[in-house]
Amino acid sequence: MSHFTSPRHTTMLRHGRNDLALHRLVDGEGPSLLLLHGLGEATPAEPPPSVAGAWRGPIYGLDFTGHGASSIPRGGGYTSETLVADADAALRHVGSAVLMGRGLGAYVAMILAGLRTEEVPGVVLADGPGIAGGGTEPGSPSIVAPAQMWEGTPDPWALAELATDVRPQDYAQAFARFILTAHPGRHPLWVCAHVRPPWLEAVVDEAGVLEGSIADALTDLERSLA
Amino acid sequence: MSETPDEPPAGGDGEGPTSVPLTAEQAGAFPGARRPDRRRRVDSSGVGISVVEWGDADAPPLLFAHGGFDFAETLNVVAPMLAEDGWRVVSWDQRGHGDSDHAELYSWHADTRDAAAVVHSTTDRAIPWIGHSKGGVLTMQLSEVLPHRVSHLINLDGLPSRRFVPDVAEQRNAMMSEAALGWLNHRATLEGKQRRPGTIEGLAKRRARMNIRMSPEWLQYLVTVGAREDADGWRWKIDPTLRMGGLGPWRPEWSMARLPGLGVPFLGVLGLQIEEMGWGTRPGDVEAYLPPGARFEQLDGIGHFVHNEAPGWWPT
Repeated sequence: MSHFTSPRHTTMLRHGRNDLALHRLVDGEGPSLLLLHGLGEATPAEPPPSVAGAWRGPIYGLDFTGHGASSIPRGGGYTSETLVADADAALRHVGSAVLMGRGLGAYVAMILAGLRTEEVPGVVLADGPGIAGGGTEPGSPSIVAPAQMWEGTPDPWALAELATDVRPQDYAQAFARFILTAHPGRHPLWVCAHVRPPWLEAVVDEAGVLEGSIADALTDLERSLA
Repeated sequence: MSETPDEPPAGGDGEGPTSVPLTAEQAGAFPGARRPDRRRRVDSSGVGISVVEWGDADAPPLLFAHGGFDFAETLNVVAPMLAEDGWRVVSWDQRGHGDSDHAELYSWHADTRDAAAVVHSTTDRAIPWIGHSKGGVLTMQLSEVLPHRVSHLINLDGLPSRRFVPDVAEQRNAMMSEAALGWLNHRATLEGKQRRPGTIEGLAKRRARMNIRMSPEWLQYLVTVGAREDADGWRWKIDPTLRMGGLGPWRPEWSMARLPGLGVPFLGVLGLQIEEMGWGTRPGDVEAYLPPGARFEQLDGIGHFVHNEAPGWWPT
């Protein structure tokens, strides 16, 4: 199989009233990998070495709504679930892909992988901004209204609203079970994050979830899909 | 352009080819209904919110929050009655509903912020708040967020319970997965989506599925104030990208946990006739959460839309 990098190519996807930037970072042969960044981040110019060295298929990266080169909505309204729909739009474009998410992107990746089990044969959850979320149940409510200290992305509304996103353990666990039961005989769910908020601890507790390095996870997933 | 998939195919709503459609003039009068006396717009961080008012502009204000998939002018009977009692009744179309802007994103945070913008535009004092259904849940949260703006709280069948949620985890997860996939598939078909056009009678019949206890005359009237007439027919104004239910971890008890700490007089009202648009809540689901001194009314023979079914019932 050949493996080569190509100039980053960006496709804009219309999703509802938002425009999403989907970047093709690497061409290659084999299953695709879709990278989902952390809260406030954007798709990197090129895949991190731990990813590029372990994956020989095409590698894509999505900028979530309000992040990177994607559009900024008026007046916020962000939820993790809207980002799941963003990633679903990217998945429709790519067709099928292993998902690898950092931080908030890890949570999003796991939910999408649990719902689109045919299109997502594996998922890797890694450390990154927004991994903790807003706890397992709501705290004292507030009016979320960030100071507009800069223009452009990341949208301050996204940073403020997505930081308080509630993630119950049994909710996360349900999606982990959807993933695990859909792919018997393989290990479709890898946790590579060192930081383990309660939702992620609950996921790790599920039988069949593997822990290890990003390189280990991607190598195993690519081998199992060959 | 695509049309909302949750609506029946043409003809399926009983619009006969030979029937003579009602006109807006014929359907636009309902006993006791009065359109708002004033309209204004509030900017909520770039999203335009339509605010309406009934009653004397100098009367003491009260805020009335409508439920999900409703709009402010569903209060066109009850709000004038309150205005007659001496109130300046202020309501608003939640984002994506009625005449407010269709937004790029929708969330509980955003609805809370929009409501705060409306109250801020209305008064700098504590005033009574009324909320129906989702509006009831919203006002319970706002009472904790903005206690200095709330003097009394009335909740009209906006007291969620887990009655419709299975006890068994597998069944619960299956229900969640089905709802989440439905929502995700809906999100995948948003491009160019618009509401299907129809006659006044046709739109009223579609809405009858959500308002099963309401009269055809009331629903036909609602079309004239909640839909717009295009060249090819009437369309509900509500954003076609919105969909009931969906993906997310929200739990009814999270909202009910706001109740015990309320520091203002509270009246909870429960319609005892179970409807799909409600939560199936029973009195026992509520009583444990009531704050000290609360008044709790259970209306026999009344469904979820208590303010429309029994607009004359009102606490003294």
